[in-house]
Amino acid sequence: MPKMKDIKKVLVIGSGPIIIGQAAEFDYAGTQACRALKEEGIEVVLLNSNPATIMTDKDMADRVYIEPLTVEVVEQLIIKEKPDSVLPTLGGQAGLNLAMELAESGFLKEHNVRLIGTTPDTIKRAEDRQAFKDTMEKINEPIAASKVVTTVEDGVAFTNTIGYPVVLRPAYTLGGSGGGIAYNEPELIEILENGLRLSRVGEVLVERCISGWKEIEYEVIRDSAGNCITVCNMENVDPVGVHTGDSIVVAPTQTLGAKECNMLRTSALNIITEIGITGGCNVQFALHPESFEYCVIEVNPRLSRSSALASKATGYPIAKVASKIALGYTLDEIPNAVTGNTFASFEPTIDYCVVKVPRLPFDKFITAKRTLTTQMKATGEVMSICTNFEGALMKAIRSLEQHVDCLQSYDFSHLTEEELLEELKVVDDRRIWKIAEAIRKGIPQETIYDITKIDRWFIDKIAVIVEMENALQTEELTGELLLEAKRMEFPDNVIARMTGKTEDEIKAMREECGIKAAYKLVDTCAGEFQAATPYYYSVYGDKETENEAIATPDKKKVLVLGSGPIRIGQGIEFDFCSVHCTWAFAKEGYETIIINNNPETVSTDFDIADKLYFEPLTPEDVENVVNIEKPDGAVVQFGGQTAIKLTEALIKMGVKILGTSAEDVDAAEDRELFDGILEQCQIPRPKGDTVFTAEEAKEVANRLGYPVLVRPSYVLGGQGMRIAVSDEDVEEYIGIINQIAQDHPILVDKYLVGKEIEVDAVCDGEEILIPGIMEHIERAGVHSGDSISVYPVQTISENAKATIAEYTRRLAKALHVVGMINIQFIVCGEEVYVIEVNPRSSRTVPYISKVTGIPIVPLATKVILGYKLKDLGYKAGLQEEAKHIAIKMPVFSFEKIRGADISLGPEMKSTGECLGIAETFNEALYKAFIGAGIRLPKHKNMIITVRDEDKEDIIPIARRFEAQGYRIYATLGTAKVLKENGIKVIRTNKLEQPAPNLMDLILGHKIDVVIDTPPQGVEHQKDGFLIRRNAIETGVNVLTSLDTAEALVTSLENTDLNNLTLVDIATIDKR
Amino acid sequence: MKAFLILEDGHVFTGTSIGSKREVISEIVFNTSMAGYLEVMSDPTYLGQAVCMTYPLIGNYGICYEDQESRNTWVDGVIVRELSRIPSNFRSVDTIQHFLMKHDIPGIAGIDTRALTRILREKGTMNGMITVDENYDLDTIIPRLKAYKKEDAVETVSRREKELVKGNGPKVALMDFGVRNSLVAALTDRGCQVTVYPAHTSAETILKDAPDGILLSNGPGDPKANPSVIEEVKKLYEAEIPVMGVGLGHQLMALAAGGDTYKMKCGHRGSNYPVKGLETGMTYISSQGHGYAVDASVLEEKNIAKVSYTNVNDGTNEGLEYIGKKIFTVQFQPAAEEGVQYTSSLYNKFVEMMGGNK
Repeated sequence: MPKMKDIKKVLVIGSGPIIIGQAAEFDYAGTQACRALKEEGIEVVLLNSNPATIMTDKDMADRVYIEPLTVEVVEQLIIKEKPDSVLPTLGGQAGLNLAMELAESGFLKEHNVRLIGTTPDTIKRAEDRQAFKDTMEKINEPIAASKVVTTVEDGVAFTNTIGYPVVLRPAYTLGGSGGGIAYNEPELIEILENGLRLSRVGEVLVERCISGWKEIEYEVIRDSAGNCITVCNMENVDPVGVHTGDSIVVAPTQTLGAKECNMLRTSALNIITEIGITGGCNVQFALHPESFEYCVIEVNPRLSRSSALASKATGYPIAKVASKIALGYTLDEIPNAVTGNTFASFEPTIDYCVVKVPRLPFDKFITAKRTLTTQMKATGEVMSICTNFEGALMKAIRSLEQHVDCLQSYDFSHLTEEELLEELKVVDDRRIWKIAEAIRKGIPQETIYDITKIDRWFIDKIAVIVEMENALQTEELTGELLLEAKRMEFPDNVIARMTGKTEDEIKAMREECGIKAAYKLVDTCAGEFQAATPYYYSVYGDKETENEAIATPDKKKVLVLGSGPIRIGQGIEFDFCSVHCTWAFAKEGYETIIINNNPETVSTDFDIADKLYFEPLTPEDVENVVNIEKPDGAVVQFGGQTAIKLTEALIKMGVKILGTSAEDVDAAEDRELFDGILEQCQIPRPKGDTVFTAEEAKEVANRLGYPVLVRPSYVLGGQGMRIAVSDEDVEEYIGIINQIAQDHPILVDKYLVGKEIEVDAVCDGEEILIPGIMEHIERAGVHSGDSISVYPVQTISENAKATIAEYTRRLAKALHVVGMINIQFIVCGEEVYVIEVNPRSSRTVPYISKVTGIPIVPLATKVILGYKLKDLGYKAGLQEEAKHIAIKMPVFSFEKIRGADISLGPEMKSTGECLGIAETFNEALYKAFIGAGIRLPKHKNMIITVRDEDKEDIIPIARRFEAQGYRIYATLGTAKVLKENGIKVIRTNKLEQPAPNLMDLILGHKIDVVIDTPPQGVEHQKDGFLIRRNAIETGVNVLTSLDTAEALVTSLENTDLNNLTLVDIATIDKR
Repeated sequence: MKAFLILEDGHVFTGTSIGSKREVISEIVFNTSMAGYLEVMSDPTYLGQAVCMTYPLIGNYGICYEDQESRNTWVDGVIVRELSRIPSNFRSVDTIQHFLMKHDIPGIAGIDTRALTRILREKGTMNGMITVDENYDLDTIIPRLKAYKKEDAVETVSRREKELVKGNGPKVALMDFGVRNSLVAALTDRGCQVTVYPAHTSAETILKDAPDGILLSNGPGDPKANPSVIEEVKKLYEAEIPVMGVGLGHQLMALAAGGDTYKMKCGHRGSNYPVKGLETGMTYISSQGHGYAVDASVLEEKNIAKVSYTNVNDGTNEGLEYIGKKIFTVQFQPAAEEGVQYTSSLYNKFVEMMGGNK
């Protein structure tokens, strides 16, 4: 069926802020969808609260609204824009839930708007637990014995009939929020209470536990005529019990015969046919390892993380095809854009092995439990491609950027055999390293299988790697052995370490033996047809291994380094920058080449760059690409710290670094050089010094006077950064930092309390352009990424602004910046101090680009290419302030990470952000809070417990909450202060005191917000930690900074959710 | 031990010997299925061919004999990137290494199978040799490769004796040109009583047994290499009896009815081919394994048959419906699975034509 003619204007709903379980994959899907719709001449209205996304660019849609994702907003938007259709299946669970609410309330019908892609009925049949169960029973598809319960009592009663353990899955939540496995009644009650609260509809599915079965996924796609195909099947290395987002996943399935594959494929196709999917769909199965018995675990009637992975793994653009299907096209009418000469109805087949490894945040949350469960914890993932499993796994490991490069990177050798057997029972992010150690210790593979239930085939593959390690460590390194090690993707540095040689020796030996990386094409068809899209992966081989990647002659080429996996501190913003930089180079006539390893991102989509190399971002892997492509230059300033770290290696390879030189990047990071520059520019900074040991650090700290800021150099997101108030703190922090060998010194600075200001600027070597100055609501000490950021600045003087602009100019010139620079200042009164300078693109660039209308990345790219700002039509200096206020609000995923401390400090903890934009500060603030999911008031009860230093400052805030009708509970000290100041307060017991105490209040589900400021330093108040964790896990908002609390009450005082002004970002003038 | 794959165009791949050390000359083809290596090795369609599996990891789930597509193996050789050193699957009773030895199938592992596939894609299917002889001499080998032609393909794979599989439904006479077990099973699953006849059974013999319908099976090789069979098929075409043809059976019927067939550049071998049913307008994913295709133009011009299925990718003929006859044939393997999105309805159609299950 051809395109439906009456679809002219489509509202696309995005997924909102990046949180665990809903990440960059939806930007990828949404962006591809918007492009597919525009290709058809359709007017696209986009709604997404996340300003860091590419989909919210005015290039992507005709009208762009970065507004909170709430029913009220969508309703107002539909009334304003009058779209004829809504495409809800690309914005993850958030977008789908919204669309469902609007469909169910009758609003869509009333306004003559239809859902395209998939109907509400279909969504209900897949998402509603009971409807799903009924549908599966109707078509005889097995599911695990289960029951939907709405009360804890029901859950307990049902479990008593099927027996423990049981899996609990709340309805309509993402990333398995609030789910888990209960082995006994107390656990059941705990998880159930939590899950019922988190579910949008107050339903939890209690299900027979099938943990230990193989977890298999099918990505399928169906059109409105009923044609359907399988895009990809995938096998989780971790059996059922670990969320697929936290599992190591391999594509295609490895241990299933054709019979099993056919059986599950048939089941998946029957399911989507019965449910009536039109578009992409993900079906998850549990397959019994010793029989053909299987259960359907879940059906996601939308694009998902798995579909992004399947798209990148096969080259098949699922989001694009799904969008065309939504418009009425059938699979046989949609060309396969990768081959250019087949159709979307051709089932992809692959001739390589793909491994995905999750990026878990335990390096950020060192107190968190590392165990993996049905609750997803990963913030991102890496994918790798190779012709063998060992190689794909080795590549993926080194792509993680977590100081791991082989199966010896986590050391378990000190454990006894008994201890190791115990460790194997613990399912955490280090399980494959434990298995490797078990194999080294001679523990039989069968024993490992019995404990882990990881298929023997995967265990044997780990054994193959361990045997190679052993050979490298004990045998003479022959050409043959080296070839075999390289075939398994042992990096040169690891081979060097294991053989006692140097990396250069290994490289020389490789060259001598003719062992080199060849590139193969990802073409959706295993080589059967010629493909048009240059999407490559590497394999090491000898001269017989064919290389398909050939440098394009007579074209200027630029290498753009991506930013690797999404992690806290380095998120989707850097993908935004990389992609825009790529497009800007393309416009200037360059051939663009991207290297990246993140399957979730837009940058790794097949048609963003002219060439895509899906590879780890290590010097060796990059050099192999450089050897083939011989680029005229590389850009490192847009790919976050990942790209910056490769600068030195690139220079060694003889690649020209475009833009700011490496020496100048170093000068900004190197303490001594940088101090020199500041002195020369006459810019003050907080006093500080560099140290290597705890002793030196204590000496410096005492000289400066506490509090001090302690942090490693060359990190992003303030990793390892702490405020120390005592010698004990310094000792602890230095200890933590030095757990990982540091190539660079540690910085100890005087900690100043003041307003934190951030600036992004573009410099052409002579002139600078400052799009705007941003101000943080939280005082210095809270990481900039975790602070609420306000543009334009509200509270500092014109004078201070001028100083900031001037300092920015001086620094950019002194550092010879060509391209982007990001500077953080502290303003105390009229005094301006510099605290950090990054001569590269930053987290705030997408946000500030959108709200000022200044295309910063394209400008910076042009400047890098030699254009001058004045030639580009921009006047130098600080630009005129925009008329509206735009507030960037951090969003956290604390509820997903058991045991993580949520208090804010110099180390970044937020996973994403959302925007509030309006004509007044208060409305912008209100929108930002709503967008971040803080929707108040509800019960109008709150708890306040603050440290002594804050007791004075809390009084006015408490008073304002009281005026909003809030009933305030407080612990002894806080209560006393508030009472003395005439605020009505109910004193409540601390944790150790008898009930009813604070915890009972929190668990009573009647609290809107907790304000809890923890004391600084190591002396972590155990109580505070428990309170904060419990509050977060029961869905209570917790604020750990008074500034945030003040902002919240301000927003509550002023705004009405049903009367918001919606701002079309696309209409903000380019100035 | 080293092994070499020598192609007719002079390309030589060096790898490791797997299976039998026997030297073999064969047509070299590639198959893009990611699972189902045993099915390929035991499918009579692959007689006279050494198959390169494009998926690089082969043998992962071992060998399960009940998955065999016939009583024997027929491939001349196996070309893989990597053989799994252990099989892992609850049904596996053997390793692929041992299986190859047992059936005396030579093979080569550790070569760049994608490079080989690309050569075959660009230059078309060609002959080659798998050998362990390091002192091979291209000058003498290449003329031999060029001259090589597989003779009597259908003869080799077809049964020698008539065989009866009992059932309560319609009586099917199945012409065994190299039939796959799954095809027989699709009929018996539908209650048919199936009599399997050797390829060279005369039409008279078959018709004398008074079947309700005739199935012309799949099989190996060039359809035109079977002139005597085609003569018999002509008689079946004239008889007023339902006929279903699959694979080679499709091609033989086309030739018998006055159509033409031709050798494809590199054929269709895999399990992901989209075919469009012109009657339903639906696109189905099909398994295929053929190197020849039907040119239906004459049949269409003369109103003898109309095209019922075409390949979405390259537009080649995938099925014919004979006008005024109860005869339909398809190039692909009809699916075993039931449901609107599968081509298994073809078997149902055949059963219906024969009067259905009473």
